[in-house]
Amino acid sequence: MKRIISMLLIALLMLATLAGCGSSGGGNLAPIAKEDLKVAFLYVGPVGDLGYSYAHDQGRLALEEMGITTTYVENVPETSECEATLRQLCDEGYNVIYATSFGHGEWVEKVAKDYPNVYFGHATGYIQSDNTENYMGRAYEARYLAGIVAAMNSESGKIGYVAAMQIPEVIRGINAFTLGVRSVNPDATVEVIWTNTWFDAAIEKSAALELINKGCDLIAQHCDSTAPQLAAEEKGVKAIGYNTSTPDAAPSAYLTAPLFHWDVFYKNDIQSIIDGTWEPKSYWEGLSKGMVSLDDLTSNCVDGTQEAVDEATAKIIDGSLVIFSGELKDNTGAVRVEAGQTMTDEELQAFDWFVEGVIGTIG
Amino acid sequence: MLKIQKKQGLTHKQEVILRISTIMIALIAAGLIMAVLGYNPFTMYSKLIKGALGSKYNFTSTITKCIPLLILSLGVSIAFKMKFWNIGAEGQFYMGAFGATWVWLALPDLPAIVMLPLMLLTALVFGGIWALIPALLKHKLGTSETLVTLMMNYIAIKWVTYLQYGPWKDPAEKNMPKIFKFTENSTLPKLFGVHIGWIIALVLVVLIYVMMKYTKFGFEISVLGENAQTARYAGMNVTRTLILAVLLSGGICGLAGVIQATGNEGRLAADISAGLGFTAIITAWLAKLSAPMILVTSFLFAVLLQGGAYLQVAMQIPASVSGVIQGIILFFVLASEFFTNYKIVVCKPEVND
Repeated sequence: MKRIISMLLIALLMLATLAGCGSSGGGNLAPIAKEDLKVAFLYVGPVGDLGYSYAHDQGRLALEEMGITTTYVENVPETSECEATLRQLCDEGYNVIYATSFGHGEWVEKVAKDYPNVYFGHATGYIQSDNTENYMGRAYEARYLAGIVAAMNSESGKIGYVAAMQIPEVIRGINAFTLGVRSVNPDATVEVIWTNTWFDAAIEKSAALELINKGCDLIAQHCDSTAPQLAAEEKGVKAIGYNTSTPDAAPSAYLTAPLFHWDVFYKNDIQSIIDGTWEPKSYWEGLSKGMVSLDDLTSNCVDGTQEAVDEATAKIIDGSLVIFSGELKDNTGAVRVEAGQTMTDEELQAFDWFVEGVIGTIG
Repeated sequence: MLKIQKKQGLTHKQEVILRISTIMIALIAAGLIMAVLGYNPFTMYSKLIKGALGSKYNFTSTITKCIPLLILSLGVSIAFKMKFWNIGAEGQFYMGAFGATWVWLALPDLPAIVMLPLMLLTALVFGGIWALIPALLKHKLGTSETLVTLMMNYIAIKWVTYLQYGPWKDPAEKNMPKIFKFTENSTLPKLFGVHIGWIIALVLVVLIYVMMKYTKFGFEISVLGENAQTARYAGMNVTRTLILAVLLSGGICGLAGVIQATGNEGRLAADISAGLGFTAIITAWLAKLSAPMILVTSFLFAVLLQGGAYLQVAMQIPASVSGVIQGIILFFVLASEFFTNYKIVVCKPEVND
């Protein structure tokens, strides 16, 4: 009985979808003229967070400048609420939808099947189907550069890192940062405190203060508020931000920050939809395509920092420096990647161990 | 001088007029604020209704939002009737969902016909026990149940967070912190496009109505709420009534948890309640703790939640603005509660010689 009902429902849904699509018909994605595009963005936080969602919204504004109709829905949780939002957007006639949080993925996967004529993009995930692609910036490349800056500007060689969630993206960032640090100072350490939240200024600040009390003289972060930078400013140590350039928040502490440039992806992607060259890809680009970068160094940095960053940037772009290549040891001393080996993208997307030099635990 | 005085009871007709006029005033006030912010209030209201009831999908979404809210409201109403201030519906919700998920993980191969009732029963027990702890503390040590139930919410949420990041993390999710997804035998089936939680909820409305109105136990709960001394003097076993009622209150909240987890979300996670455990306090209170009225208030709140979410999509109204609309409507409705029971009178200051 249950099966019959669910099949009837599916049939109903399919009919509704077909009826809704009218003349365009079929499952093949047709190009959409610029003036007919209606592009929607889903953000997990408020646009005003000056962090992750804000960075995506800068990308949306770049599309608006191209003369494209866009909208956004903020504070979309990673629960079934997300599914409801996606379906409403489809029903309102939005034909390109970007969901920007990892946890939106399973709902995108579900809804995309029912709306085969809508283009879906999912940031930081891995879903791919006829009408769904995923996209991400290789932020870890910029984090490696930030690590170089950190090592050159830390006197004690003890660096603190306020980290949000124990997920591969964050772990990957910590590891790349630490490898950057150790490329300059092989004895330096990076101590991690988890906050288990993306955006909570009070928790992030107390985590940063704890690291400073433990003797860290430089604080880096993978979380969305500027609180760790404020803590560093207060205590007279240095800070590296994230997502957005925020030198005004901590004028004497701020050195730089790894930045995303989502507009690079969004503009290309929309152009490919207009041109009819769109395909469901897995877009993962870094410094070379301009998807990520390191913010301009402030005058708080010691002399010579810029030169070291420029040198490493050039090497990463020309391929002579591969960040996650062997020999790599984990922080218990065991060899995880043999000399001459390079970690694959799949391995990077499932990172669950820390490289040597990180003080902290996962799980 | 202004003075607040308790009112004589309103007639039924007066009360209905008062309530309808409050809602009208609230809608007008919210509309004015929308107009000031540059949105057309008429479009807004029609979109709100359309978003909540305007299509089959929107309507089923509203019902889906209504189910956990309704069950949670019914749960807290039992404790409130006894003047046991159970602010812990959130925590009981998560512990119920946790218990049920545990059963499923321990005995994954049971057929659905055994699995689902067993999960619901476990949720009832786990939610009940989570509510029982503050009740016992109150009974033995005289602690405030308001504080203890509130704080136990955070313990329950952190516990689920721990499971999500630790022992119950699904390795198939590429190291992302997600608990295993329920399988077909542990998923609530659907009827008319909505998981059968709606049937459970409606049955609960009837059962609780009958229990409170026509049974000795329901009567005891009311008497206990009016005056514990009277209850004791009348020879009631106060402790027994307290414990059973609190178990039931927490158990029903736990039931809401498992229904939301397996019926709607597909897996347990530390954010699936969306704060409904707190909203339920409002809906239960506005309904004057009467089960049929809770059905009405929960549905109206679900309309507001679902329609409000739709406003973001349909009119590009920021999330905070649709929050403001909900806040204004709530503010007026609560104010009308006040004016139903009290009046403000102007009195001349007395002259003392």
